[in-house]
Amino acid sequence: MKRVTVLALAAMAMAACGGSSGGSTASSSAAFKAAWVYVGAASDAGWTKAHDDARLYVQQQLGGQLVTTFKENVPEGPQASQVIDSLVADGNKIIFGTSFGFQDQMDAAAKKYPNVYFEQATGFKMETNLAEFFGAAEDADYLTGMAAGAASKSGKIGFVAPFPIPEVIREINAFALGAQATHPGATVQVIWTTTWFDPAKEKSAAESLISAGVDVLGQGQDSPATGEAAKAHGLKWSGYDSDQTSFAPDQWLTGTVYHWGPYELTRIKAAMNGSWKSGSYYGSLKDGFVDIAPYGKSVDASTQAAINAKKAALINGTFYEFTGPLNDQSGAVKVPAGTKLTLDQILTMDWFVKGVIGNPKGS
Amino acid sequence: MNVNDSIVVVLAASAIFYGTPLVFAAMGELLAERSGVLNLGVEGMMLTGAVTAFWAVQHLSGPDWLVLLLATMIGGLAALAVSVIHAVLVVGLRANQIVSGLALTIFAGATGLSSYVGNVARLGGQPAHHEYTAINVLGLADVPVLGPILFHQNALVYASWALVLVALAYLHRTRTGLHVRAVGESPQTADVMGIDVARYRYAHTLAGGLLAGVGGAYFSLAITPNWIDGMTSGAGWIAIALVIFAFWRPELTLAGAYLFGLFSSLGFVLQARQVHLPPEVFASLPYLMTVVVLVAVSTGWARQRLGAPAALGTPYVREER
Repeated sequence: MKRVTVLALAAMAMAACGGSSGGSTASSSAAFKAAWVYVGAASDAGWTKAHDDARLYVQQQLGGQLVTTFKENVPEGPQASQVIDSLVADGNKIIFGTSFGFQDQMDAAAKKYPNVYFEQATGFKMETNLAEFFGAAEDADYLTGMAAGAASKSGKIGFVAPFPIPEVIREINAFALGAQATHPGATVQVIWTTTWFDPAKEKSAAESLISAGVDVLGQGQDSPATGEAAKAHGLKWSGYDSDQTSFAPDQWLTGTVYHWGPYELTRIKAAMNGSWKSGSYYGSLKDGFVDIAPYGKSVDASTQAAINAKKAALINGTFYEFTGPLNDQSGAVKVPAGTKLTLDQILTMDWFVKGVIGNPKGS
Repeated sequence: MNVNDSIVVVLAASAIFYGTPLVFAAMGELLAERSGVLNLGVEGMMLTGAVTAFWAVQHLSGPDWLVLLLATMIGGLAALAVSVIHAVLVVGLRANQIVSGLALTIFAGATGLSSYVGNVARLGGQPAHHEYTAINVLGLADVPVLGPILFHQNALVYASWALVLVALAYLHRTRTGLHVRAVGESPQTADVMGIDVARYRYAHTLAGGLLAGVGGAYFSLAITPNWIDGMTSGAGWIAIALVIFAFWRPELTLAGAYLFGLFSSLGFVLQARQVHLPPEVFASLPYLMTVVVLVAVSTGWARQRLGAPAALGTPYVREER
């Protein structure tokens, strides 16, 4: 009897492992193999969905020449190494890591497998076979902030944010500057959730902002839960990562979105023909790597025109949001008039601009 | 400022809102444990309930209340089906309850069966066609203080209150309830009394599955009305801890669930009001309290005093009587 149950349990455990994370396209032995490592679920309607859209785009472009695989819900930390090891063992020649927390494991894997190309989205470490890529989401966040500022009556905007790291801080700053451009004196109140992806927590954080009196919500989270809170309370909302209109069409303003696909396509092509070189790529509005999602119905024509004009100016370089004078939260001048922050300075940004309410070091 | 926007009212209302899935799941676990069956598969069963209930609202049509009722039942029944595996293994085949329960969560939980169903049925990334929204009960939603807390919640919150009352009456006022407790305390004695131990344990393990499924459906139909892989993010484990924390008593389970619900919001509400404390403190409080209670319960004296079913976790074999 005991043995039967042990076998049954083992079978269940194996079924669970077999059914776990990911999927892959039909294989042919000659095809080039590429793999993606996701921190969340491919169906998260946010960050990871944007990455999975890119995988599908690349697959569609290359058809039978390429086999793609993904692993979803991979924890940041040592377990990511096991996932990468198994992907290499399966014959994948290029591997995309799609969360900041995979950086160390990706770097270690690059050293361990010199014949495999590694591409890390968000991060700073590089090797001869490890490249970095990300995009100037802050430029799109500025435009999103403009829509939020215009939608706010009280000038009090809330922002549901994951972690106090430079990537998030500069996005909040750009969002606040954009909001202040359309609504002078607007404030952006930040709540740290300390998670990228936990819908119930994100919603609870958004509700706490609403109870503190904000009338528009923005987010740096990976799920549309902030929009669910906005819907329950009848507020306007700007999203992040993917077009999330369908979750709350009456609430939706716009949102910062990423198009990872075209970059990944050129990198895979380079890997296939042997011309791949390491590097650090910072995509922009100009090359379409970042953009804003289609406007919601409550964004009026004049606001749309103002945003479109700023977008054009960001693209042709006549405008840059991190140009002085910029004051910090205390009102002290942080960037003197006429000075532009460099890429290095914004990649290490650890201070909030005037009008942001919250602690840039976390709560 | 309106008193209903004050920190106390906001916190109390959200403690109830976020505590409710725990009420369902923990009450289910309580019933199973009272009959002597420990089921660590709650998280997996909740996710099964969440995904199937969401599938149902996307595929059924009709008035909101009917679709939601059916979807919630479908979520509950799907989780019940999963709990059958546990029941057969531990009651029928007398397998180790801890191992079987853990296997159940791995099998049905995040990246397991529930995400498989979500992927195959393409449920991700779409908003729910029907969702639980707050009901303005008797038009009292705007009554100061009590309005938002008691009279402006969704239907499942009110259902959970009924459930607690029913469970209390069942365990303490009915003959069947007495039998359940006997089976959990001393299956040998119950057997001698002519109570079918296995039948009671099957029934309550399945009831536990049903309620865990309803708790899961609360996530996909009320909290964030969409399907996201792993969306219960550990609520099933908290529910198990909660049963111990509540000394296996329904009324304390309700209070405990709201306390845990309170902790999930407290950090954010304080942050939003410029009270800066590390969010990790609040995030870890429920677990910290659970550890304290577990330590207390692990001593034999406390175990008896606090009401742990004496035969919890032990398979019943008649020949060993």
